[in-house]
Amino acid sequence: MFAVEVEHLTKIYGKGHTRVTALSDASFSVSPGDLVAIIGPSGSGKTTLLTTIGLVNEPTQGKVVIDGTLVAEDGWIPGLDMKSIRREKLGFIFQAHNLIPFLTAMENVMVSLTLNGVGNREAKSQARKLLGNLGLEDRLDNYPSALSGGECQRVAIARALINRPKVVLADEPTAALDTENGKNVMALLKKLALENHSAILVVTHDRRMVEDFDRIFEVHDGKVVRERDNAH
Amino acid sequence: MNLAVRDIRYHRGRFIQTCIGLGLLIAVVISMGGIYRGLVADATVALRATGADLWVVQQDTDGPFAASSRIPEDVKYRIAAVPGIEKASCLSYQNLQIDRFGKPLRFFLVGYEPGGLGGPPVIVTGRALRQKHYEMVTDKSMGFSPGETIHIGQHDYTVVGITEKMASVTGDPYAYVTLADAQDIQFKDSNEAIRNNRARISARMSGVRALSPAQGKILTPMVSDIASSTHIVNTVVARLAPGASLEEVQDRIRRWNHYRPISTAEQEEILTKGMIQKSKMQLGLFRIILLVISGVIISLIIYTMTMDKIRVIATLKLIGAKNRVIVGLILQQSLMIGLIAYGIGYSIILATHEKFPRRVELVPIDLQGLFVIVLAICALASFVGIRKALKVEPAQALGG
Repeated sequence: MFAVEVEHLTKIYGKGHTRVTALSDASFSVSPGDLVAIIGPSGSGKTTLLTTIGLVNEPTQGKVVIDGTLVAEDGWIPGLDMKSIRREKLGFIFQAHNLIPFLTAMENVMVSLTLNGVGNREAKSQARKLLGNLGLEDRLDNYPSALSGGECQRVAIARALINRPKVVLADEPTAALDTENGKNVMALLKKLALENHSAILVVTHDRRMVEDFDRIFEVHDGKVVRERDNAH
Repeated sequence: MNLAVRDIRYHRGRFIQTCIGLGLLIAVVISMGGIYRGLVADATVALRATGADLWVVQQDTDGPFAASSRIPEDVKYRIAAVPGIEKASCLSYQNLQIDRFGKPLRFFLVGYEPGGLGGPPVIVTGRALRQKHYEMVTDKSMGFSPGETIHIGQHDYTVVGITEKMASVTGDPYAYVTLADAQDIQFKDSNEAIRNNRARISARMSGVRALSPAQGKILTPMVSDIASSTHIVNTVVARLAPGASLEEVQDRIRRWNHYRPISTAEQEEILTKGMIQKSKMQLGLFRIILLVISGVIISLIIYTMTMDKIRVIATLKLIGAKNRVIVGLILQQSLMIGLIAYGIGYSIILATHEKFPRRVELVPIDLQGLFVIVLAICALASFVGIRKALKVEPAQALGG
């Protein structure tokens, strides 16, 4: 079973002469454990592709299947609780890490679990363990304002992965980091993808990082124009 | 994990400042309610302390508090003789102002018959009046101590006792002297005025042809005495015998045609609905305006706090937070602001209400009512923030 399946995915914004086709007839599938880069120039439709798979942007046409669940077919499937699918099957990593400023590093990770109904004690234990694995054991009680950019991004990765999601969607996760920290973050993502058996889709401008991915989708004018496989 | 508490903990400086500001506003609202209750208490305290069932005043007046009333002192004996009356006493009331340490001191002077109705209900220091003349009991708030003397009119009065929590409807503290002293203070002319009065009466008498000069000479001091009589009181209060009918007693006195018998309940209505009605409405209006202002302020604060958290809310939504988590975050913060601000406001008034120039009466039902209103305002005020938060799209958390 694929982690993500996309068939003839199209997203059109606006109507009449304000109509913009942000995504056009995209089709691909991603297996669990795959580390996929989505590259392309600004405005090419990378983020639209990511947000559509992330269930925050309703597709105009086409089909999206997440971990075997058909979530969209020419629009959302009626009656599906998108929030619960996002909570249980998806993890998000952002360019600006988007940590909650009034929560400590540990609480930022715990929040993903508590939203899923995990008790505070259990959430604390899991968050402590994962942050420890990411080398942040002495930064657990620090607020994001007291963490470096790289540390914040590691906390964000922990928050995205603590629920062991089937798919992790990352939007420019290395854009705000220097080369070394960027490499570290990518290495970490790759390691966790393998460990958790999660598919990781990363939108990036950063061609320095491209070699680290298993597969690369190049997007131009809303179309997936090229697909390269680094794994083989 | 409570996100509202975490947010407040992180932004505690701003949160405490907000609560203090709002708390001061709520303190003003509480104090206004207390002042209103104080007005009612002041208006009715003398009535209740008197222990009378009936107030006999001049006909067609609302005396003795709301309007001027003058009746002869000896009416007391007629009233006392009415079947159903257990005890009747004369009372005199007047507002006075004296100079104390270079500052004006206003008070409400009560003249009563020691052993009769209407005297000070409690003596906290010293003793009650014993002598017929020149002794005085003052309210604690006047600042006198037993042994001090006060010059009023033509005489000095020695403070022999202190009472407390006795103030008139205008907030002036009570002082007590004997009825005879009060009548002297209120009605007795100076020696010069008495001489002038007699000369005037004598001149008028000499113009009456029916009187011989000798008769005129005899009548002049008698007429003068009648004209300058101090045997006048403002009211005669009466207590009914057990089982007596108030209505029957009132009917009987009403038939005399010169007097109006007012029951204590009617007197209370005259005082509370007449004398303090405008003050009550004014205070009520201020309270409503302040509560509306509080609501607008809370609403703006919550809206600003929500706007500051738009990205956080979008992130929470993106990672799958249910709407109730978002609503809870905003509503709980709003309620916490109200709760803490109320606590601050209440503490301020509790610590200072006795230092207010007027009585501030803190009544539990008013405080509980205001507490509920403040929480309701907070819940309503959070509506704008909640509406904004629920409209936030999860996509706003993403950069591209």
